[in-house]
Amino acid sequence: MTEFLNDWGITLMVFLPLAGAVIMMFVPSSDEESHKAIALFSTLLTAAVGILLIGEFDFDNASALQFDVNTSWISVVNANYHVAIDGISLPLIALTLLVTPLVVIYSWNHIPEPGNAKMFLMLTLVLHTGMLGTFVAQDLVLFFVFFEVVLLPMYFMIGVWGGEQRLYAAIKFFLFTLFGSALMLVSFLALYWNTGSSTFDIVGLSQEVAARDIALSTQVLIFGGMFLGFGIKVPMFPFHTWLPDAHTQAPTQGSVILAAILLKLGTYGFIRIAIPILPDAAVEWAPWIGLLAVIGIIYGALACLAQTDMKRLIAFSSVAHMGYVMLGIATLTPFGINAAIFGMVAHGLITGMLFFVAGSVKERYHTLEIKRLGGLLVQAPRMGWILGFCTMASLGLPGLAGFWGEFPAILAAYNPAEGVSQTLFRVYMVIAAIGTVFAAGYLLWLLQRTAFGNPTEEFADDPHIHDVVATEWIAWTPLLVLILLFGFVPSIIFGVTDPAVVNGLQALAQAAP
Amino acid sequence: MLLNQYLLLAAALFVIGVFGVLTRRNGVLVLMSVELILNAVNINLVAFGTFHGDIAGQVFALFVIAVAAAEVGVGLAIVLLIYRNRRSIDVAEANLMKG
Amino acid sequence: MSGSFTGVFAAAAAETFEPSSWLFDNIWLVPAMPAASFVLILLFGKRFKDHVHWLGIATVGAGLVFSLATAGAWISQYESEQTHHSEEAVDGEIIRVVDAEEDGHAEEGDHEEGIAPRGCNLEENTQDLFASSEYALGAGGLSTVEYAASEEGGEGEGKAEHVKPDPVVNCLNWFEVGSFGSGTEAQGARSLAFSIGTIVDGQSLMLLVVVGIVSFLVHVYSSEYVKGDRRYVHYYAFLSLFTASILFMGLATSTLQLIVGWELVGVCSFALIGHWWEEKPNSDAALKAFLTNRVGDIGLLVGMIVLFFGAGQSFDILTINHAAVSGEMSQTSMTVASLCLLTAVMSKSGQFILHTWLPDAMAGPTPVSALIHAATMVVAGIYMVGRLYPVFWEGMNIPGSSFNALAFVGALTTVGGGALAFVQRDIKKILAYSTVSQLGYMVLALGVGAWTAAMFHLFTHAFFKGCLFLGAGSLSHACHHSFDIKSEMGGLRTKMPVTFATFMIASLALAGLFPFAGFWSKDEILVGTGGFPGTDANGTYTVLLIMGLIAAAMTAGYMTRAIWLIFFGEYRGHVQPHESPRVMTIPLVILAALSVLTGFLNFPEDWFGGLGERYGLKFEQWVEPGGGDTFHVIGHGDSNLLLAVVASLLAIGSAVFVWSYYQRLYAKDATATEYTDGLASRSRIARAGHVFLEQKYFLDIIYTDIIVGGIKGPVARMANWINQNVIDAVVNFAGTSSTAVGRFVYRFIDQGTIDGAVNLSGTSASESGQVLRRVQTGRIRQYASLMFGAATLLAAVFILVV
Repeated sequence: MTEFLNDWGITLMVFLPLAGAVIMMFVPSSDEESHKAIALFSTLLTAAVGILLIGEFDFDNASALQFDVNTSWISVVNANYHVAIDGISLPLIALTLLVTPLVVIYSWNHIPEPGNAKMFLMLTLVLHTGMLGTFVAQDLVLFFVFFEVVLLPMYFMIGVWGGEQRLYAAIKFFLFTLFGSALMLVSFLALYWNTGSSTFDIVGLSQEVAARDIALSTQVLIFGGMFLGFGIKVPMFPFHTWLPDAHTQAPTQGSVILAAILLKLGTYGFIRIAIPILPDAAVEWAPWIGLLAVIGIIYGALACLAQTDMKRLIAFSSVAHMGYVMLGIATLTPFGINAAIFGMVAHGLITGMLFFVAGSVKERYHTLEIKRLGGLLVQAPRMGWILGFCTMASLGLPGLAGFWGEFPAILAAYNPAEGVSQTLFRVYMVIAAIGTVFAAGYLLWLLQRTAFGNPTEEFADDPHIHDVVATEWIAWTPLLVLILLFGFVPSIIFGVTDPAVVNGLQALAQAAP
Repeated sequence: MLLNQYLLLAAALFVIGVFGVLTRRNGVLVLMSVELILNAVNINLVAFGTFHGDIAGQVFALFVIAVAAAEVGVGLAIVLLIYRNRRSIDVAEANLMKG
Repeated sequence: MSGSFTGVFAAAAAETFEPSSWLFDNIWLVPAMPAASFVLILLFGKRFKDHVHWLGIATVGAGLVFSLATAGAWISQYESEQTHHSEEAVDGEIIRVVDAEEDGHAEEGDHEEGIAPRGCNLEENTQDLFASSEYALGAGGLSTVEYAASEEGGEGEGKAEHVKPDPVVNCLNWFEVGSFGSGTEAQGARSLAFSIGTIVDGQSLMLLVVVGIVSFLVHVYSSEYVKGDRRYVHYYAFLSLFTASILFMGLATSTLQLIVGWELVGVCSFALIGHWWEEKPNSDAALKAFLTNRVGDIGLLVGMIVLFFGAGQSFDILTINHAAVSGEMSQTSMTVASLCLLTAVMSKSGQFILHTWLPDAMAGPTPVSALIHAATMVVAGIYMVGRLYPVFWEGMNIPGSSFNALAFVGALTTVGGGALAFVQRDIKKILAYSTVSQLGYMVLALGVGAWTAAMFHLFTHAFFKGCLFLGAGSLSHACHHSFDIKSEMGGLRTKMPVTFATFMIASLALAGLFPFAGFWSKDEILVGTGGFPGTDANGTYTVLLIMGLIAAAMTAGYMTRAIWLIFFGEYRGHVQPHESPRVMTIPLVILAALSVLTGFLNFPEDWFGGLGERYGLKFEQWVEPGGGDTFHVIGHGDSNLLLAVVASLLAIGSAVFVWSYYQRLYAKDATATEYTDGLASRSRIARAGHVFLEQKYFLDIIYTDIIVGGIKGPVARMANWINQNVIDAVVNFAGTSSTAVGRFVYRFIDQGTIDGAVNLSGTSASESGQVLRRVQTGRIRQYASLMFGAATLLAAVFILVV
């Protein structure tokens, strides 16, 4: 069993959803129940394989790449099929394995207009493969392929099942991301040619870069390309404008996946690729990344305050929260990056949950206009409580997951890595701390205006407004439990990520004098 | 053995044949002229075969005779059909292939 | 340190069960029980329905018993050490030296390795989940506090040396994260361990007891007061969670844990202020409370981060204190940190200028106001300063008699808050401003170095203010849920005798009259300022003494006003007031009794002759930390009878003045409902002052309308506008312009040039075909002749060339 998992585990996990999608192709689209069953089954099976992998994962050796498979793939360009898991990717893989089945469950009776469960679920499964692939890829070409695989299903999800302005949003999302990834590809190639490397392997490349004397200016440029590619995906200010549109227009499931996982591909790229390979350039870039991060924190929060649409507000809050993640990354310290990974997972759970709630509110009220809502606690008390819980988690309440992404990132900014301006980052720290007040402001105002008070006349006697239903409970409970669990026992994540992060930053340590 | 006489005979026959093909308007005569050309070739084949002491020339001549017979058969059939359709066998009038 | 009660050593030698040691090590049960109650109520609350309060009462009661037992163990520990110590001193017999040496060796080992003393020795014990250790002091673990007064004053020869037990720390390794700097393990960087645990010492036990008593009584009281409420279950759930959180905070061994508890109590406060969230003012008040506290939390977070790095990357409170005492922490760090933390104190403990949320917080149910917004949560800031006192001591330069920010904020608050209490007509708001003023007192005390006085005032204030709030609840229970003392009350002393009596006692305590609790604690604060001649304390803060006296006079004044309007004169409401049921009055009686008695816990040593020698200053001895390397040696002022008399006379005078003012108005018109239009209608200056006070110094307008409104309105809109019209416009421009470029490219380059070339090849082929078709005549003979001609030509070429 162990041997099988070592050789085939990851591959099986990554491609199982795709296999599910292929099977669904042969089932007539009228048979929606079977589609749902197949989709759920394949995601659950994927999760089962994932759980087996996590069970076999050697936690004492979390810094090492495990279940490593490295075979020739496109030999012409020296691209290998190299997949493995270490402590950095493990939490994100687990998050993906969790969220996708929940999305499928939620879809059981929430297939958005204009229907067609077959296509919708197939796209979800393809997305699943793409996301898992990105997190396990250890080869730049493979990474790039998976990174792009994700794009298309999401494009269709927004473009077909989205809201009124879905085409605009979908195209904006697609082009923006593609623009970034094109530059990223250029960077990869530049890296390949400049190092004269015979491989696209991430570890191999970082060794090559360390061994060879590449001009710092070249490194900075290459990092810049990656920065754009990953930064747009995160999204960092000022490349964030695709996000509110995409979120607002996307169907609930799309928003959840987008918020919970897709955004993490960008930050993961920084941690996995950009910083370990180009540590010197990272030091040069850190003040700028930090600056954009804190601008994002304040700016995202201010924009939130001005929103009238619940979903759009949550979308802008993502900009602010990912600012904390990026601030943690910009410190280039193990502590900061651990905080960033925690922040990624926490944001995935919390914002994913918030989008679920927003989706359910929309389903009941047919609007997300904050002005027209109110008294959710009266009409759907449980949902109101869940919303309150999520806002508390989102504003970084200690004891819930959000805090451990936020506070350690602020803490880390006090003392960034060597070579990065300390004074500057301390200013960032204070700004980021001020951001927490804004976060509390917009989230609590959201809560007050939607959940508190009495229902507006418009909806006061609407019989369609009911409390949380079974599928929603099933889909939401794991998220809620994990938000609480990670809040109380942060070591679950820190324990896994820490060795891998320290390992990943070794290059930085060696580069620093 | 004198080869030249045969070759001259064959050349004469060939020229007569070509002349016939190019000048005669009657389809049957054209066919006959073609026959002359073919037989001029036959003479050449047999003459060279004998000259080189090689049986292949005569064998080829036999083939040509056989093919010529078939050709005449087909040719006459075409002429017959042209006659049936047009009540004439003047090849100058048959210009269906004009581009 | 007799080794009889500590974790590590006791565990080694403890075949015999040591009750005190067991209590100290399992103190975590105290917050755990209400937490369990919260979970149970959350899960099964609906099933308990109207009996849900039993869960809360039972768990909080159990916690209280546990806390009291632990406090008893602590006290007996202390007392037994005094006996040991005196034996040792008298006989020269070395009874405990063996112990001391053993301990000394063990601790020395640590010191030799150069590891700073840590509350949680996780470094050696990272494998173990639980690490228990006694906090290490100097060799022998004994800490001896000599009173600074005896050193400085030179006349305290006779005073005893007190041996203080050391804090007992139990830790659990919470999580570990990679260190800072980009060092690898090999380069000496260590992984940072973050711990969570319990600290048992005088201060934490004091808080545990206060919270336990008030919370227990509030739980009991609420079962009647909140009876039949639409969210009865929810109310008890949050009451339990709040109790658990504040206890958790009180037992914090690390600042990180303190932050967690700090925020959790904030959330509970939010939920309980907004308990009746259907009405917008309530949820507004809840939001205001939470957001104001969040503003302070910026200071908390930043301050704790500065301390974290100042103490060599540690959240451990004792490590931080040690770093502050030993001078390892830089002066800059301590100054910055203490200023940042002061912001947190200002928000949480309702200090001027961030106090504005506290009166609004009265929107919650009255027992909540008693528990959270008077007795416990609002003192979190005081408690935090007390915990990290060495940092403030150095950071604010308290012994230097400098007019430091801490003392200044406290003094401003105590006077400013008191003034505001005069113009309120809502009994709860009067009490709220009174709370603000009293909290200012505590901060003032901390600011001048009177640590014990601050803690003592915290202790006594919780009881009498709790009593007052619950009394106010009882009044409103009687008067149809109204708190308006002008229009709904008056003459209630006969109708509600128990409430009246308890309210009076608590008010006297609050006003600081002998022999009630407030007298003792307030007197100590005034002495602690060192401003009065002959009260040698840590500095000479004459201005602060005067402000404290003004506040004392004000307190008596506004309480007299409230009492007169509530209990005297004619009843002005229109329901039949009645005394509250026993469930509500018994807690009142208990609190009133405590308001009388607790003051004697710390009466000065030189009072009552030998009685003072023997039983005086117990609170100080039990609660004040042991000094040594985690606490500065703090001076204590000498009590001064003259000062006590002056303060009391001021209070009485103020009360008499107010009393006669209202009595005179009453004589004029017995049924008038508006009594304030006396001075204010006659003097313009007085009216302006009245308006200024009624508008709460216009702070609310500045905050709500200018700052919050500004950010929520124009600033946020501008940010959104920029997003939509600048950044997004750039994106959209990029989109439209690239579409335009695309159209150009399509039309001119693609269609014109590239496709043109393709088409050209097509047309040229067709044109040439047109030309060549002429050749194809269809005449066989023509073809044949051409063929022959060509053949001839080729033959000719062949012959000529070859």
